[in-house]
Amino acid sequence: MPSWNIIQAVNDALRVEMRRDPRVVVLGEDVGKFGGVFRATLGLIEEFGADRVIDTPLAEAGIVGAAIGMAMYGLRPVPEIQFSDFIYPAFDQIVNELAKLRYRSGGQYSAPVVIRTPAGGGIKGGHYHSQSPEALFIHTPGLQVIYPSNPYDAKGLLLSAIRSDDPVIFMEPKRVYRAAKGDVPEGDYTIPIGEARVVREGRGMTVIAWGAMLHEAEQAVGQLPELDAELIDLRTLWPLDIEAVVGSVSKTGRCAIVQEAPRTCGFAAEIAALVQERCFPRLEAPIARITGWDTPFPYALENDYLPLAPRILHKLRELKDYEA
Amino acid sequence: MASDDIDRSTRLALYRSQIEIRLLEKRAYELFLQNLIKGTSHLSLGQEAVAAGFAVAMRPDDYTYCTYRGHSHTLARGAPMLGVLGELMGRRCGLMGGKGGSMHLTSVAHGVMGSYAIVGAHLPVAAGAAWSAQLRGSGQVSLCFFGDGTCNIGAFHEALNFAAVWKLPVIFVCENNQYMEYTPIRSVTAVEHPAADRAAAYGLERIVVDGNDADAVYRKARESIDKARGGGGPSLIEAMTYRTSGHSRADPAKYRPPGELEEWTKRDPIALYRARLLELGFEESELRAMDSAVQRAVDEATEGAKASPTPPLEVIDKDVWADGGSSWRN
Ligand SMILES: Cc1ncc(C[n+]2csc(CCOP(=O)(O)OP(=O)(O)O)c2C)c(N)n1
Ligand SMILES: [Mg+2]
Repeated sequence: MPSWNIIQAVNDALRVEMRRDPRVVVLGEDVGKFGGVFRATLGLIEEFGADRVIDTPLAEAGIVGAAIGMAMYGLRPVPEIQFSDFIYPAFDQIVNELAKLRYRSGGQYSAPVVIRTPAGGGIKGGHYHSQSPEALFIHTPGLQVIYPSNPYDAKGLLLSAIRSDDPVIFMEPKRVYRAAKGDVPEGDYTIPIGEARVVREGRGMTVIAWGAMLHEAEQAVGQLPELDAELIDLRTLWPLDIEAVVGSVSKTGRCAIVQEAPRTCGFAAEIAALVQERCFPRLEAPIARITGWDTPFPYALENDYLPLAPRILHKLRELKDYEA
Repeated sequence: MASDDIDRSTRLALYRSQIEIRLLEKRAYELFLQNLIKGTSHLSLGQEAVAAGFAVAMRPDDYTYCTYRGHSHTLARGAPMLGVLGELMGRRCGLMGGKGGSMHLTSVAHGVMGSYAIVGAHLPVAAGAAWSAQLRGSGQVSLCFFGDGTCNIGAFHEALNFAAVWKLPVIFVCENNQYMEYTPIRSVTAVEHPAADRAAAYGLERIVVDGNDADAVYRKARESIDKARGGGGPSLIEAMTYRTSGHSRADPAKYRPPGELEEWTKRDPIALYRARLLELGFEESELRAMDSAVQRAVDEATEGAKASPTPPLEVIDKDVWADGGSSWRN
């Protein structure tokens, strides 16, 4: 089994599915001849041609709009938005059109588009190359949101996403794009959308994370075995694997959520609400949120902004020691 | 060729501005390779004549709106080298105290209303600023710089129509460096000149200028700025140029066809301008003295920026709101 990074895994997933399914097309800025800003589409144009690997003009609303049209008439487009910070010019197409097509047509049709977009901080990109906007899309009914943390999940989930009959925002954690390496099976396999993964079992507390912060959380819980933390990688944010979360918190009685996006109205807030609705009698401490700041993403202070392992560890200690 | 409609001190200003940009950006590249500038940086090497030609023609209170490729425009308006390099390096002495970085240089005191990292975002903003100038009767002109790739996003067309319908004192300057990142602009654009060939759609004159000739740029700048200030409305100018550096970071630019870089390097704006000045009777010694003075200034700014600390954690939530902070939030 090859050991790949996330970019290679994504690239392979696209190749596997394009070979299997002639309806799959890739489009976006620099995705063809150049192979994509992060090289995730490298080599695809050579194998599948310019009809299926499309270098677009610089126009995100156009890219997503065109992908919707392609999908409505039988294709399986996988547009790339170079950085999730550039998704906002396409926000209208995503929120008002893509997400609502099935509902507003009374179930007559949908647009199975998978928007791939590198997200999150970690490359010292400052305000507009670092944001993690997953909550905006989870908040939009009709969209599935996937945010894998490692190459194996990235490939298996991307294949499921392309085969799904509903649209997907597929966020790729660029902080660990190359750093997170792992064995990835060649050929076809899928990971079901909506299934979390227990990374590490424990009985002391439940720690929930996704994307690049999963690795920070893993480092933190590994440093202090007496926390006896159970670590859950959500992998799919929406639909949320609520059973996995509830099952774990019912066992541990304590829960922390790590999210790199700003705190207020982030996905951690929604998870906290669900956990208190479902696990109230079992909770032994307030649910902890360990998040980015409620500020734009600062350049020089990136490592203070992100909830990295030291900050996570500090908060988990507090959570462990909490007595009502 | 060079006629004497441009006076001696203006020519020296044009030369100096280009040299300042060139030498500072060469230093920025070294600092990037040394990991003292982190993340990214987009250089304008080869495109200096556009920034210089416009800035020298502007009034101090005119507005500049530019992109992530904006070190050139920021410097050309007179923002201090220390503040620019400091910001690139994420230091406290930076123009925004290190919280912005290379792509977001802003210095309102110098009319630099911001470097915008979302392509197209600043074109409608520049139109709005021009409306304000018009309403206040201030006589200010709003100058908006962007790349060829930008002409294909909706905001370009929205802003051009606004400006034309409202006859605003705004000048849109497309720096056509032939590439939208790593993709040749002609492969993704319906017309040969992404900006100029669209001018007619907004009732504007089709203007293409040699962006590697500072005098030619300066003349067009002067003309369009005078027109805008005099109530004659907006202009759209396409300056033909070439970035001899990569798109960003240490991009080796392998996507260039063979020979292209060499052809454009022959038309290096600074080499051309220097030759012209000598032809016009400027002394070699005078230019050389200017080169060394600028180099010294770059060296000093580098040392100053290196000596400046990184910003402290306490500033992370400053300037989110008008109260200077974000106290009522988490
Ligand atoms: C809305 C948006 N989409 C994509 C990008 C990524 N990006 C940054 S620069 C660039 C190419 C811009 O080309 P051009 O306008 O010609 O400017 P140049 O870089 O050549 O100066 C792209 C695609 C972005 N910053 N913003
Ligand atoms: Mg360009």
